[in-house]
Amino acid sequence: MPPLRSHDVPTLDALRRLTDRAGTGSEPADPRALPFGVAGLDAALPGGGLALGALHQIHEGGPRGRYAATAVLFAGGILARLDGPVLWCLHSRDLFAPALARVGLHPDRVVYCETWRDAEVLPAMEEGLRHRGLAGVVGELTRMTLTPSRRLQLAAEGSGVTALVVHRLCAGEAVEPEPSAARTRWRVAPAPSEGTNRRMGRPRWRLDLQRCRGGAPGAWIVEACDAQGRLAVPAGLADRPAAPERVQRRAAG
Amino acid sequence: MSAAHAGAMVPGLHLVPADPEADATALARLGLWCQRYAPIVALDPPDGLLIDITGAAHLHGGEAPLLADLSARLERTGILARLALADTPGCAWGVARFGEGGIVPSGDASRVLAPLPVAALRLGFEAVRALQDVGLTRIGQLGDKPRAALRLRFGAEILFRLDRALGHALEPLAALDAPETPRVALRFAEPVGAHESLQRVVADLCARLVPELERRGLGARRLDLVFARVDRLDQAIRIGTAGPSRDAAHLARLLTERLALIDPGFGIEEAVLSASRVEPLAERQATHLAAGPQAPDLAALVDTLLVRLGAARVYRLAPVESDLPERAVRRVPALAAPRGALWPADLPRPARLLAPPEPVTAMAEIPDAPPLFFVWRNTRHRIARADGPERILGEWWTADAEAALTRDYYRVETEAGERFWLFRDAPVEANGRWWLHGLGEA
Repeated sequence: MPPLRSHDVPTLDALRRLTDRAGTGSEPADPRALPFGVAGLDAALPGGGLALGALHQIHEGGPRGRYAATAVLFAGGILARLDGPVLWCLHSRDLFAPALARVGLHPDRVVYCETWRDAEVLPAMEEGLRHRGLAGVVGELTRMTLTPSRRLQLAAEGSGVTALVVHRLCAGEAVEPEPSAARTRWRVAPAPSEGTNRRMGRPRWRLDLQRCRGGAPGAWIVEACDAQGRLAVPAGLADRPAAPERVQRRAAG
Repeated sequence: MSAAHAGAMVPGLHLVPADPEADATALARLGLWCQRYAPIVALDPPDGLLIDITGAAHLHGGEAPLLADLSARLERTGILARLALADTPGCAWGVARFGEGGIVPSGDASRVLAPLPVAALRLGFEAVRALQDVGLTRIGQLGDKPRAALRLRFGAEILFRLDRALGHALEPLAALDAPETPRVALRFAEPVGAHESLQRVVADLCARLVPELERRGLGARRLDLVFARVDRLDQAIRIGTAGPSRDAAHLARLLTERLALIDPGFGIEEAVLSASRVEPLAERQATHLAAGPQAPDLAALVDTLLVRLGAARVYRLAPVESDLPERAVRRVPALAAPRGALWPADLPRPARLLAPPEPVTAMAEIPDAPPLFFVWRNTRHRIARADGPERILGEWWTADAEAALTRDYYRVETEAGERFWLFRDAPVEANGRWWLHGLGEA
């Protein structure tokens, strides 16, 4: 009998994830993928979710892309649904940890390192990615060229640690990113919430899956992460991808 | 003179058997105690101590107060000592034993030494007698003799000692290490300098240090690696770890990370690795279920980042009970025990906090209503939805200025869906100004 190891024991969260999936009636998904729980989104991704042990890029759309405030919450929500500690490589001191706690990423799980320049972020990320046992590594980068992305992707594949690159665009930088070896590339932007009488509703995001190896690009309007890091389909928009014509144009170009 | 002879000459003579080993131990203990004055203390057996006070005298108020303090403390413990302070260890040695003692002014070594007997040069008995045989009894007489003739007649020792006493040649002191500091050293037959060789040396030293730590049940928190170069310009690296460690491979990796800072010059003769800070570390049962990944142990990763980035740049954040958002977070060591504490879950907070807040121009319809628009960095944002105010008062118990601090926070959403966190620093009637404090929202 093989020895029982702690990481083989399914955690409560993992079981809950399984039962959630059983409830929605979708086919059993790849265990190396993390479903978002949004049917259209998971269907577009190979394996039925975000591939774990791979590199993913997250850009923030809109004029405030430099702050990537929505992108960090999207990244935090993904990591909140994984188990284990997280290494977060900071670009500046403006990240506000209570917001990450509100999308389910507990402060006890996050080790921050102040890597102010891209030249420091990349080695720190790679170091973290070689360390099995981490849930994920987040790096806030201004830009990433092809070679570093390949290194990060290889390191992530080797250890099974998920790498998330949050891009902090400089003012005046091209929105179209450079080629990279990342498994997926996301563009996250805030979308108007559905509040009544000038009151605010649950925040909504527009998710653009711009590039996905083995999957289909697409765009969705989703309700932002809840306290467990889960996205949701807005009630009025269920089962309808947002702005399909825009996606087709991108695919043709 | 035999003991019986001496007893016959002095009635009531108190006889104590010689115990050189106990003397040496006592001298070493006294040397360790002398490290309170300066870090480099060398033993001069059987009865002397040399303290290198270079750069340390001002800590005790200067050279004279240092000497007075040392003398007084020794006297109180019943130790009769003669003290001298000079430019070189050799000069101080001679002045303490054969001269008046006290402070020799800088640059005066040759003048002060001149009238002293040649034995004050720390010469062997043979050399002293050889010099006395030819009538050279004072150090001053040696100075004007031709060096080549002296060397031919009496050998190299006399010139060697003379040069060191006068400061013409450097005299290194073998610093006394606290015996409790785990320490390993490697001496090389040939000087080494290649980076790969140094890496091997580091790995070797770590492998030797670990059993020493194991034996004492300690783990290293800080390691000092000193490379003695042939030209005596020593190179050193220091690393710290986040928790006590006894993993040779891990410690070697941390040291190797810093090895690029070492300039081997013409070669390195000796490498000394000492664990200058240690903590108890209990032995752990090695697991036999070695297959598969290990349980998450962050120490190795955190140490690597600490060494690479610096101690202040790797941390975790923990909640602080404070209403002011900029005080709600504090840093804790990256490996601190999890606290489980969280911020209040019902208060929405921005993902990015601007420090300091940036002034904006905002316009509200009626007092205390959320603004209709605001202008930040020359961009006008029309507000479609808003929430607030959430009033935050200063922590009046910390400072007087805090008592007046009042902020009314509004969460606002623009027509595009972007969320901001604005506040007015005083009520409308008190001419409160608007500030942008955060972007994005959870």
